Amino acid sequence: MTGDQTTTLKGDAATATQDPANRRDRPSVSPASARKIGERETMSLTDEVAKIQVNNLNLFYDADQALRNINLMIPEKRVTAFIGPSGCGKSTLLRCFNRMNDLVDICRIEGEIVMDGKNIYDRDVDVADLRRSVGMVFQKPNPFPKTIYENVAYGLRLQGVTSRRVLDEVVEKSLRAAALWDEVKDRLQENAFRMSGGQQQRLVIARAIAIEPEVILLDEPASALDPISTLKIEELINELKQDYTIIIVTHNMQQAARVSDYTAFMYMGNMVEYGDTDTLFTNPRKKQTEDYITGRYG
Amino acid sequence: MGYMRQWFKSGTPWIWLNGGAVAFSMIMVVGLIGLIAVRGFGHFWPSDVALINLSNADAEQSTLIGEIVRSETVPAAIARDSGETVPDDMDLVTRHLIKLGNRDQTDRDFAWYLELGMQPWQYPQDIMVVERREWGNFYGRPLALLREGVEVATPESDNFMQELQAAITRSLELHEEIRRLERGTIGRINTSLDDLRLDARRLELDETPADIRVIELDRIAAERASLDEQYAVLRQELDVIYASTRRDTLKMEMADGNAVDISLAAIMRVTEPNAMSVFGKTAQYFERLWEFLTEDPREANTEGGIFPAIFGTVTMVLVMSIIVTPFGILAAIYLREYAKQGTMTRIIRISVYNLAGVPSIVYGVFGLGFFVYYLGGSLDQLFYETALPTPTFGTPGLIWASLTLALLTLPIVIVSTEEGLARIPSTIRQGSLALGATKSETLWKVVVPLATPAMMTGLILAIARAAGEVAPLMLVGVVKLAPALPIDATFPFLHLDRKIMHLGFHIYDVGFQSPNVEAARPLVYATALVLVILIMVLNLAAISIRNRLRERYRSAGE
Repeated sequence: MTGDQTTTLKGDAATATQDPANRRDRPSVSPASARKIGERETMSLTDEVAKIQVNNLNLFYDADQALRNINLMIPEKRVTAFIGPSGCGKSTLLRCFNRMNDLVDICRIEGEIVMDGKNIYDRDVDVADLRRSVGMVFQKPNPFPKTIYENVAYGLRLQGVTSRRVLDEVVEKSLRAAALWDEVKDRLQENAFRMSGGQQQRLVIARAIAIEPEVILLDEPASALDPISTLKIEELINELKQDYTIIIVTHNMQQAARVSDYTAFMYMGNMVEYGDTDTLFTNPRKKQTEDYITGRYG
Repeated sequence: MGYMRQWFKSGTPWIWLNGGAVAFSMIMVVGLIGLIAVRGFGHFWPSDVALINLSNADAEQSTLIGEIVRSETVPAAIARDSGETVPDDMDLVTRHLIKLGNRDQTDRDFAWYLELGMQPWQYPQDIMVVERREWGNFYGRPLALLREGVEVATPESDNFMQELQAAITRSLELHEEIRRLERGTIGRINTSLDDLRLDARRLELDETPADIRVIELDRIAAERASLDEQYAVLRQELDVIYASTRRDTLKMEMADGNAVDISLAAIMRVTEPNAMSVFGKTAQYFERLWEFLTEDPREANTEGGIFPAIFGTVTMVLVMSIIVTPFGILAAIYLREYAKQGTMTRIIRISVYNLAGVPSIVYGVFGLGFFVYYLGGSLDQLFYETALPTPTFGTPGLIWASLTLALLTLPIVIVSTEEGLARIPSTIRQGSLALGATKSETLWKVVVPLATPAMMTGLILAIARAAGEVAPLMLVGVVKLAPALPIDATFPFLHLDRKIMHLGFHIYDVGFQSPNVEAARPLVYATALVLVILIMVLNLAAISIRNRLRERYRSAGE
């Protein structure tokens, strides 16, 4: 359980909601050559294809409201980052996309999350199906007590795949996609717990992409890792966005700036500001956002 | 003053206190095991046999032959009270407990004698110890080996010992042959006869049509006749062997000079401990120890081995484990994973935890009332009607003892399994759920494998508790002397209805119910040590399995 889910949120309901497609003029930027803020291609939410649309989402833990009237659009095959201080509701929001909040008895949700034209909170949605198309990677690496091979094959085995050939193929492909193949190809039958933390986290990513989801949720994926492992994960995220829609929650603003195309700043259960990452970090529209990214609070 | 304060603040007294507690516990444990080991396993050492001449005029016997069991020094008044003559100027006297054997001749196989009246002990080489099937040891001097009443060898002849050992080997082989016939072939005939009796009884109960009945009865009568015939043949064969075992006799001289004939059929082993080397004694020691571990008990459990008790204990503990493990684990999984964590669950959990504190004899009473009489009685009515009124399951037996112990240890397994499940990080469950696994898939593929070390811990504690339990077992299936082992070669191999022997109960029985306290005492210690070692072995086996599992799932919780 992360702290976000149990945090009581009160007050400051007055903060306005954001129009996710809101545009503003941006300063001209130089052509993208390095992954630095202000040096990338100009991006705009209006040009994007919507993968997920969140409409008037409210979430309560018993009587406490954790998310307040969230509206936003998650663009397809882009990296969207949620930032904000601890307890702002960013992890809670992330967990709404694969309905992990269902596991919390006292959690109640209003509003809708539409993915590919279908509200995932509809009664006829199979949660297991949903989670197969919306993969998730957690803050701490959580490999299963199995071999490296079986960890990656786990999702496929759940779906009833038994063909050794298919499994071998998918395991290799997923491990390659997670940039782990070269490190582990000779010890696939070793216990996953013997890997380093960074390797474990990439294994978990490989495990998630093995079942070919459409969306990958990353909940502070690098917060428990050393800088080198963090770098590898970030490079991996950059690779993965070719094929997947990625949503990442992070405490680390530099990380958000480095890896994401779009960033949402959340505070006390409200979506304060949402826009393309360059603009949000260089020229935030809201005072609250500016205060946070310049380190005045949070 | 200041120094003392400083000393207390430094925490040194605490360290001493804690270290002292550990040292004290260690001394207790090592002392306990040491005492049991020395007392118990010392018994198998072939000790020297002393020849003691008494100079007292009033002694009823002037010469003693026996082993010195132990010695003590007591105030002279006590000795005088028990009728001994002690000079007035003596305050303390030393007395010795001497194992005289020859229980059938003198009915005083253990006796105290004052050192006062003894002349120096001798250890003559020719004193022989005869271990007998009945009546315990015989101590004396050999006079002659007789065959059909005719002397074939005397101690003076060179080949006396060889002749004697050859004759004993022969008689042991004959004995083995008798045993094989009685237990094997005759046992099978008896089982078949019993089956026929039950068939006949079933015919009466089932109201079979008259014509079939006649045919069946004829068949039964014919088979019975054929079995009787077989038995008669075997009986004759047996009689011949029995007669043959009576061929040889050993003539011995007792301490008082009387001669006694001992049939070789009654002899297990003869030794001359005073003439044996240390090497010979060591070999003898291990032979006797092995005998103790592998033979059936004799003489109301005061002689022979404890194999049926070891076997019974292990079988019972294994059957119990097979019952309690799945049951406890399933209950714990439901309580922890599926049950709504409300008041009801809390009440159930508290009740389960409190069951661990119920005195074990209460479980015994419950087992007798519910399992044996109610469940067993119903089973008999349903499936073993023909055998009634002889109960099959409606009487204490292995299955009921195991079930009662399973009930007794159930809380232990449930508690440790629950703790194990609770310790598994929620991130691992979420990881599985996030891949589209259902709750039960997550449980069986990820959570339960991770909790297996905790389940094994529960089982280890359960085994340790169950193997040492005695009180409830006396009510539900453990007996002083079981006629057969619970596992044998006849179908269905594992006989859950049989009564068993048990080491814990054996200790109680030999120690407190034995007619011969002195003879039983070393066996109590030896049996206790075997029980401790057995529990240790069972535990070590379970611990090594657990450690292997732990190694496999290492760092999952980190």
